[in-house]
Amino acid sequence: MILIAGLLVVLVLAIALGSERLAFFNLSDQQRTILFDIRIPRVLLGACVGAALAVSGAALQSLLRNPLAEPYLLGVSNGAALGTMLAFVFFEQFEWSRPVLAFAGAGIATFAVYQMAKNRTGMNVERLVLSGVIVTTFLSSILVLLTSLLDATKLRSFTFWLLGDLSQSTVNGVYLTLAVSFIGTIILSSQAKSLNLLMIGERDAFDLGVEVGRVRLIVFVVVSVLVGSTVAASGSVGYVGLIVPHLVRLAVGSDNRLVVPFSAVAGAIFVVLADTVARTAIAPRELPVGAITALIGAPLFIYLLKRN
Amino acid sequence: MLEVQNITIKYGPCEVLRDILFDLNQGEIIAVLGANGAGKTTLIRALNGTLPVSTGEILLDGSALAGFSRREIAQQIAVVAQENETKFPITVLQFVLSGRFSQGSAFGWETGKDLQIASDALRECDLVDYDGRLMNELSGGERQRVVLARALATQAKILLLDEPTANLDLAHQALMFRLVRERCVEEMAAAIVITHDLNLASEFADRIMLLNGGGIFAIGKPRDVLREENLKEVFGVQVLLDENPASKKVRVTTVY
Repeated sequence: MILIAGLLVVLVLAIALGSERLAFFNLSDQQRTILFDIRIPRVLLGACVGAALAVSGAALQSLLRNPLAEPYLLGVSNGAALGTMLAFVFFEQFEWSRPVLAFAGAGIATFAVYQMAKNRTGMNVERLVLSGVIVTTFLSSILVLLTSLLDATKLRSFTFWLLGDLSQSTVNGVYLTLAVSFIGTIILSSQAKSLNLLMIGERDAFDLGVEVGRVRLIVFVVVSVLVGSTVAASGSVGYVGLIVPHLVRLAVGSDNRLVVPFSAVAGAIFVVLADTVARTAIAPRELPVGAITALIGAPLFIYLLKRN
Repeated sequence: MLEVQNITIKYGPCEVLRDILFDLNQGEIIAVLGANGAGKTTLIRALNGTLPVSTGEILLDGSALAGFSRREIAQQIAVVAQENETKFPITVLQFVLSGRFSQGSAFGWETGKDLQIASDALRECDLVDYDGRLMNELSGGERQRVVLARALATQAKILLLDEPTANLDLAHQALMFRLVRERCVEEMAAAIVITHDLNLASEFADRIMLLNGGGIFAIGKPRDVLREENLKEVFGVQVLLDENPASKKVRVTTVY
């Protein structure tokens, strides 16, 4: 309840604050346009992106028994980024091309990593993480090569987006991300009891009655869709999937039935706050939100590492 | 309860177990002995459906094991494996409650009954007041008892234990076998226990299975299997056999 109240307060504050401060009452036409067409969609998008990335991180960490697992480590984010960039370069006139190609990119990257990690006796986590790192590096180099096709204006816009940028939010993009993150959080929460057992060990979970292959497939597909939709809407916002689940575990313990839904709310708060800083720190100019989450996330992660 | 009908297990082209044939009956404990690499752990993994059999069949209560879902198998068969280490801070109670997964819904929370069963299992394994302790802060022996407590909490009728006494002190080794025996007598359960302790096997097992090179070298009552020539052939060591004066069971002493 405290977290939900915190989220509401943060949402209201984030909507009010910005280069143009809004008082909610007696708004001019221009201020109403800013509020309804720009500020509210952007804040809602930030909340959805934060929730989606945090639940993805929480689920992957438990599934892979690796506290460092998150969408970036497994190549999912870079797959989505490549898909988005292809849409950006070749299909800019189609609004839906970005999320569709981002889903496809995330899905293909996940499938490739999964196939590389599998061998005759099944899949082990070490191979999976190694495959993720290889695919991430490979996709990064393709992204860099593709940037050479962009003109100067597109290049700046793309670079900003790649660092995590909520300013390009559209109303349709917000609806899509809102629906995807809401449904994705519910599906991942429904797998929380199985994830608790997988967190102990894959063999233990199997022995205790978890259909390991099915749970793994559900998590991979849902994470691909969540990450695809967030990357298409806001680029690569780093550290959310890594830091937020760890902070939540410190507060509520490691039971995924609490960690997954609480991570969604805490992730939403984290990104909305970071974006508020990104919008206001050097207003009227803006910073990429990914730079702010990394600035907060990296030292926080080092602190958590030392603490454990 | 469990009928193993001439099964063969392969890792790739390599045959790890061949022509394994035996039954596990209600109330019975079978100890599995054999040198390292004889196929003991492979046998346990095949019996709970983790490893597919290449030929032959395993029947659980008369039906093919392959036809059961994971949840159905877990309701009937509990495994105590050799290794268990988690990187996440899981409490002992959380760990033991995970044994209730197959008995309840795949969603939601454990019931008061689950908590009571977990708490009873902890008490039986001499782990009172361990509920809130973290698994990664326990000693090897304590962790092994928690893993047994989880297996007991499943209330499965068949227990498969892979070297359950490896890290235990003398008192807890006896406790472990006594608990397994109690389950077999009171709940009409049955157990297969892999161990390297020949004397514990002699004391607590109804039958002993001696594995050698992927096949059953001998199976039968401890006195019939624990013979000098059998142990010389399987382990390559000379032994002296006599009788434990307290229990009257056969006692094995290695000649070094």
